[in-house]
Amino acid sequence: MLWKIQQPSGGAWKRICRHWQFYLLLLPPLLYILIFHYLPMGGLSLAFKEFSIRKGILASPWAGLKYFRQFFSSPMFFPLLKNTLGISLYSLAVGFPIPIILALAVNEVKSKSLKKSVQMITYAPYFISTVVMVSIIMQVLHPRTGILNLILGVFGANPINFMGEASMFQSIYVWSGIWQYAGYNAIIYIAALSGIDPTLYEAAQVDGVSRFKRILYIDLPGIAPTIIVLLILNAGNLMNIGFEKVFLMQNDLNLSNSEIISTYIYKVGLKHAQFSFSTAVSFFNSIINFLLLVTVNTMARRLGEVSIW
Amino acid sequence: MVGRTGIKESPTDRIFLTLVTAFLIGVMILILYPLIFIVSSSFSSTAAVTSGRVWLFPVEPSLAGYKAIFKNNQVLSGYANSLFYTTVGTTVNVVMTIMAAYPLSRKDLYGRRVLMFLFTFTMLFSGGLIPLYIVVSRLGMIDKRIALIAPTAMAVFQMIIARTFFQMNIPQELAEAAEMDGCSDLHFLLKVVLPLSGPIIAVIALMYAVNHWNAFFHALIFLKTNGLFPLQMVLRNILIQNSFDPTMIKDPTTMMEMQGLRDLLKYALIVVASLPVLSIYPFVQRHFVKGVLIGSVKG
Repeated sequence: MLWKIQQPSGGAWKRICRHWQFYLLLLPPLLYILIFHYLPMGGLSLAFKEFSIRKGILASPWAGLKYFRQFFSSPMFFPLLKNTLGISLYSLAVGFPIPIILALAVNEVKSKSLKKSVQMITYAPYFISTVVMVSIIMQVLHPRTGILNLILGVFGANPINFMGEASMFQSIYVWSGIWQYAGYNAIIYIAALSGIDPTLYEAAQVDGVSRFKRILYIDLPGIAPTIIVLLILNAGNLMNIGFEKVFLMQNDLNLSNSEIISTYIYKVGLKHAQFSFSTAVSFFNSIINFLLLVTVNTMARRLGEVSIW
Repeated sequence: MVGRTGIKESPTDRIFLTLVTAFLIGVMILILYPLIFIVSSSFSSTAAVTSGRVWLFPVEPSLAGYKAIFKNNQVLSGYANSLFYTTVGTTVNVVMTIMAAYPLSRKDLYGRRVLMFLFTFTMLFSGGLIPLYIVVSRLGMIDKRIALIAPTAMAVFQMIIARTFFQMNIPQELAEAAEMDGCSDLHFLLKVVLPLSGPIIAVIALMYAVNHWNAFFHALIFLKTNGLFPLQMVLRNILIQNSFDPTMIKDPTTMMEMQGLRDLLKYALIVVASLPVLSIYPFVQRHFVKGVLIGSVKG
């Protein structure tokens, strides 16, 4: 019954009128999401239409599932799925544990200045743009002047054209991502670790528990909820690899391993103007993404208090 | 070493701690070395860079790379365009974010759940590239500056950060008291809420500004005219696509020189492009960390 007292008297209309200025404030942001988010969602109907620019989306005739069938039976379907999932599973397998290890290590050292400088330095690459990041990769791996080939040269190895080897594409993508984002991703774990009750460590120390065992039995269980929730949320983004970095790293030599769904949509859709077909591909991707996100978010909500909505 | 409990660390613990320290120092070197290598190369001579003699410090120090950059009109116009997109874009972002976040932070807003759902749903599902392109093109924004401002006018993630801040830091009683005194909602937002929200506005403004400065995708799909390109597009053309190809020059010595200058110029460009963001980074790092943490709390 308490809520009845808290509610201002009167119906919905009265409550809206009382705070009409809020709705006025909300109007531009609402218009923004309607135009640039919900209108494009409506535009997904393109995927089911025989789109012609002259007629527009609404007047174009229906094509049914033709473009979905075309995608599923296209020779690109399995390579695209394989590359997309391959890159994200690789990223998850290597990129997920490393920030945790980094955070545990930072938490272990006592020197404040060491802690500060590690965080400062590892966080910095996060601010490098994708374009610059890819060119750093290309400079470092350059067959003639790149530092990695210079080092290999000292040991008498022949220079390797890393960016031209399709088999190396995924490793370069994933490990450069770790170089750039491990520090950023460690922030949340460092924060979670600093929230652990210090008396636990003191008690363990009195009992003569070693540092390593303290990590295993105090630190890890202490941040386990954070780890689980982040793992689940990461799993929800499996089909959602950023377009920019892969696109910029692509070249003719590595395309067999580097063509993913988002780069394919860009090429077929905008470069070759196959609007309906590429929208069907994109719709397929969005649906899988959405299902993954909803599933994992429900799981996260059950396991912990964290949820993304 | 003696901890707070006054118990001496065991030898194994001391070894373990040394290993951890060594690991962290290794990580720092691994992150810093490529960056130092690039900065040093950018200040070296063309010959030293092409023959691979730069290891740690600049060899035969020269500013040839930087001189070449500042003679390049594309780079200069890209820089100016990026400054424009970043300042205008960030201003629009911050204003829009507050306009959405404050009302949604109020528990007495009728329809709050439905409205909030409308915003958060856009984080889960999107129309994708082609429908967005068609919308932007129907609005007549293709190849216009507004194409880099309007489609990214607000980000729901930052809106949730601001909303969480308002919920935690502006007591409902304060708003109610102000209402009793006849203060309108808008007046309360401008005179009471905003002055109390300096830190969070700084955080979201910085996040937006970095996103604008580093953005590339929308310029790639919406812009066609070179004169409108932001710096990241210019960089992509020069750094990744090698757009100023010097192969037309027949004279072999000049060609060698051109090739070398091109390598050198890349290093200098990487430095110049990252400078604005990385130079403010040490001062704002604290705020960014705060933003990330607020963002991870349930909105």
